[in-house]
Amino acid sequence: MTRYTAVTDSDREAMLEAIGVASIDELFAEIPPELRLTRPLDIPAGLGEAEVYEHLRSLAARNTSAEEVISFLGAGMYDGYIPAVIDMLLGRSEFLTPYTPYQPEISQGGLQVMFEYQTAICELTGMDVSNASVYEGPSAVASAGYLAKLTNGRPRFLVSRGLHPHARETLRTYSVGFGTSVEEIALRGGVTDAEAWEKALGEDVGAVFLAQPNFLGAVEDIEPLAAAAREHGALVVVSADPLSLGILEPPGSQGVDVCVGEGQTLGNRLDFGGPSFGFFAAREEHLRRMPGRIAGETRDVDGRRGFVLTLQTREQHIRREKATSNICTAQALNALAGVVYLSWLGRRGLPELAELLARRAAYAREALGAIEGVTPLHEQPITREFAVSLGLGDAAGVQRVIARCAGDRIEPGYALGRDYPEYPDGLLVAVSERRSREDIDHLADVLGRAVAAERTANATGGMQA
Amino acid sequence: MSADTVRTIFEQGRPGRRAFEAPPADVPERSIDELIPPRLRRREPARLPEVSEPELVRHYVRLSRRNFDLDSGFYPLGSCTMKHNPRLHERVAALPGHSRLHPLTDHSRAQGALTVMWNLERALAEIAGLPHVSLQPSAGSHGELAGVLLTRAYHADRGEQRRKVLTPDTAHGTNPATVTMAGYEVVKVGTDERGGVDLDDLRAKADSDVACLMLTNPNTLGLFDPNIAQIAAIVHNVGGVLYYDGANLNAVMGISRPGDMGFDIVHFNLHKSFTQPHGGGGPGSGPIAVSDAIEPYLPRPVLTRHGGSEGNGSAVEFELDYDRPKSIGRLRGFQGNYGCFVRSYAYICSLGAAGLRDVSETAVLNANYLLARLRALGVTELLPPAYERICMHEFVLSGAPMKQQLGIRTLDLAKRMLDFGYHPPTVYFPLLVEEALLIEPTETETRETLDEFAAAVAAILTEAREDPEIARGAPYDTPVRRLDEAAAAKNPVLRQAL
Repeated sequence: MTRYTAVTDSDREAMLEAIGVASIDELFAEIPPELRLTRPLDIPAGLGEAEVYEHLRSLAARNTSAEEVISFLGAGMYDGYIPAVIDMLLGRSEFLTPYTPYQPEISQGGLQVMFEYQTAICELTGMDVSNASVYEGPSAVASAGYLAKLTNGRPRFLVSRGLHPHARETLRTYSVGFGTSVEEIALRGGVTDAEAWEKALGEDVGAVFLAQPNFLGAVEDIEPLAAAAREHGALVVVSADPLSLGILEPPGSQGVDVCVGEGQTLGNRLDFGGPSFGFFAAREEHLRRMPGRIAGETRDVDGRRGFVLTLQTREQHIRREKATSNICTAQALNALAGVVYLSWLGRRGLPELAELLARRAAYAREALGAIEGVTPLHEQPITREFAVSLGLGDAAGVQRVIARCAGDRIEPGYALGRDYPEYPDGLLVAVSERRSREDIDHLADVLGRAVAAERTANATGGMQA
Repeated sequence: MSADTVRTIFEQGRPGRRAFEAPPADVPERSIDELIPPRLRRREPARLPEVSEPELVRHYVRLSRRNFDLDSGFYPLGSCTMKHNPRLHERVAALPGHSRLHPLTDHSRAQGALTVMWNLERALAEIAGLPHVSLQPSAGSHGELAGVLLTRAYHADRGEQRRKVLTPDTAHGTNPATVTMAGYEVVKVGTDERGGVDLDDLRAKADSDVACLMLTNPNTLGLFDPNIAQIAAIVHNVGGVLYYDGANLNAVMGISRPGDMGFDIVHFNLHKSFTQPHGGGGPGSGPIAVSDAIEPYLPRPVLTRHGGSEGNGSAVEFELDYDRPKSIGRLRGFQGNYGCFVRSYAYICSLGAAGLRDVSETAVLNANYLLARLRALGVTELLPPAYERICMHEFVLSGAPMKQQLGIRTLDLAKRMLDFGYHPPTVYFPLLVEEALLIEPTETETRETLDEFAAAVAAILTEAREDPEIARGAPYDTPVRRLDEAAAAKNPVLRQAL
């Protein structure tokens, strides 16, 4: 008996007797003896609750979280402030412990949350319809690819290099199964190269993929890129940062077919990368090819308003091999955090927050641009994140600069070199509402010293060589 | 549960109310027009709610009270493993060292997190009996997709282009859906009279065009397929890969290992066997374990361990390896649902080897006991087990005789259970059992709860014998009664009109 089970010796005896077997072993008689494990699992013995807490606490202490350093890391996940109401609501048993609302009469809370979430996502993105969440951002992009494959079956996808590198790679992984090739369109001046875009388009392109803002933080001019793609009958997929949509034109009014994105920034923790949620919204015409759960409004037999999972004939448990996706469990709890967060920000708060981020990002870009050798990678408008070149020439130098900054308890940003060999000494810097002007000034100071030290070391090293 | 009148958050509040106050504008107040040209900006704000914090809290707390949940009642939803979720896990996952750790933090400053992942990988590998693990997939179906794409990469690397994947007719819907997404053709394999894979049918369909067989064992009928070694041999003999859907792993932890049964790829559902809370439909997590032959194709990045073991006094260090030329690539961003890893790792630490085995033994004991109770109360005369065998952690009843003799369907029985304070079992799955009811009590329920549930089912049947209309009209005591699902699908209303 463990602390999570309740069968005492006398229970077991009575239960085995009721079943009509003599031992627990008899219950496993169908498993051929040669397939039974005859030794204990090689896993350490169990611990008490306090010991487990202490073990996980000591492991947490070996991580350097945003609690301990001033972090400008972003690149898809952001250290925003999470209101206390979210902790409280997500900790409630009624939201935390049930499963997918298969029995709507006793799941109205969860279903209504989905309905409200869908409303909020439609408002934010300007799209007609939203599902109730998918896993996270990059796989949401790949799921949009599957929608395109089911819609037109064309053999090529075009992807802006401004799309998150993880999303591009995920789309490639999935596309092997779709039998679709994935071609990247380079950036020019920080945004998708419109000329290369037009040239690559054709009647065999099933879908095009853009990010708003893109991975380098630049706001893309979506409308002409979308229009060009639609002219060739390709579906337009935009992966958008939901907080930036507080200030940017919504994709729904820019000729976009599917708008997806990473929802972490809407009230979800960093959690070293998950769980968060992905959102998936589309024009009405794509509704019946959308993946995942969708909640709809209806009435009960007494005429009361209620909500159910609807359009389930799209889904794997009904349609099996003809389903529009294989997704079953999604991210309901994280999507709850998303809609509570958007309600907490509210109609006025969201643009206020987005404007604050835009001003701080602009301030930070200028502050870092003033460091000797450091230059912006592009001059495009930005919302919360931007890219600079550290003027060091190589990626190893950036790693050493980041290590120097860590000594001063600053995470200056994400080194672009691994994902973008064309920007070997690039650094992607994100602000959040938790990073004050003072923090930004401190970053400029620490980064400035680290870059200068690296240049000195390079010069010395050069002389020695 | 609360039967309040329903208003959405969008139908509450007043213009000007708010819960959020922006931090001070401490940087120079510049015109937004100067920063982002007006033509790229939105003209109208998103019509989000305007509510105060008290309104926000009251709304969502009230909504929560319109949900049934595992902490308040028995939830024997077959195939979903609704076991108790220890609150310790929420506490440790919320520690800032875990919860405020950025996923792109350099590995040197995330050794605690990588240790959690490494230890979890090792434990899962041991439970699966397969040496290599990727924690990346976000849920079971995502793990399945990983598995079938791994299969594809494995064959492609041998210069083979196979086209078919076999799935039993008892499979979860995610299996065939995954197969299609991964570009294969689904070939169904029949079920024999004992509820296992029909070996003759399998032999007939297993040819050199078969990439993979996806199997759940114990299967969705709650039965262990004793022919698994033969099944594995048939598939391996034609060069196919054997995939284990781990949805039912809760029956065999520490008792029998998929790797020892002959499987090459296994997925786990951390939200089932390893008690990540289900969250109303996620988050989940779907790690995979694979054999040596499949390892080169694992999703990137792969966690690696250095130092420590050479006896040269070097400290152990974990890293993420991206240099994996044969990898199928990423299936998602970052490293996976780390928050779920922390919880499931804490669970494994709590239970240890003996505890994990006890979990499976007790889950199987509870299921067989509940079936015995239902039998003793005469329930199985109207709801016979689909197969007269010892079951594993769950079992399937058929409501066909009940429908014929009492005139109520499995759906009616399920809805009447709601009035008795229970979440019903999974209904109408697996598809090959008429009026199916799939019951999984899990190991964390007491014998008393099982007795009470059995008595409630018997009482509903007694009541239906006298007046079937009661069940047909159920439920009565829930926040809403039966909802018009057909109308919802016919004229979809999928968002609040504003």
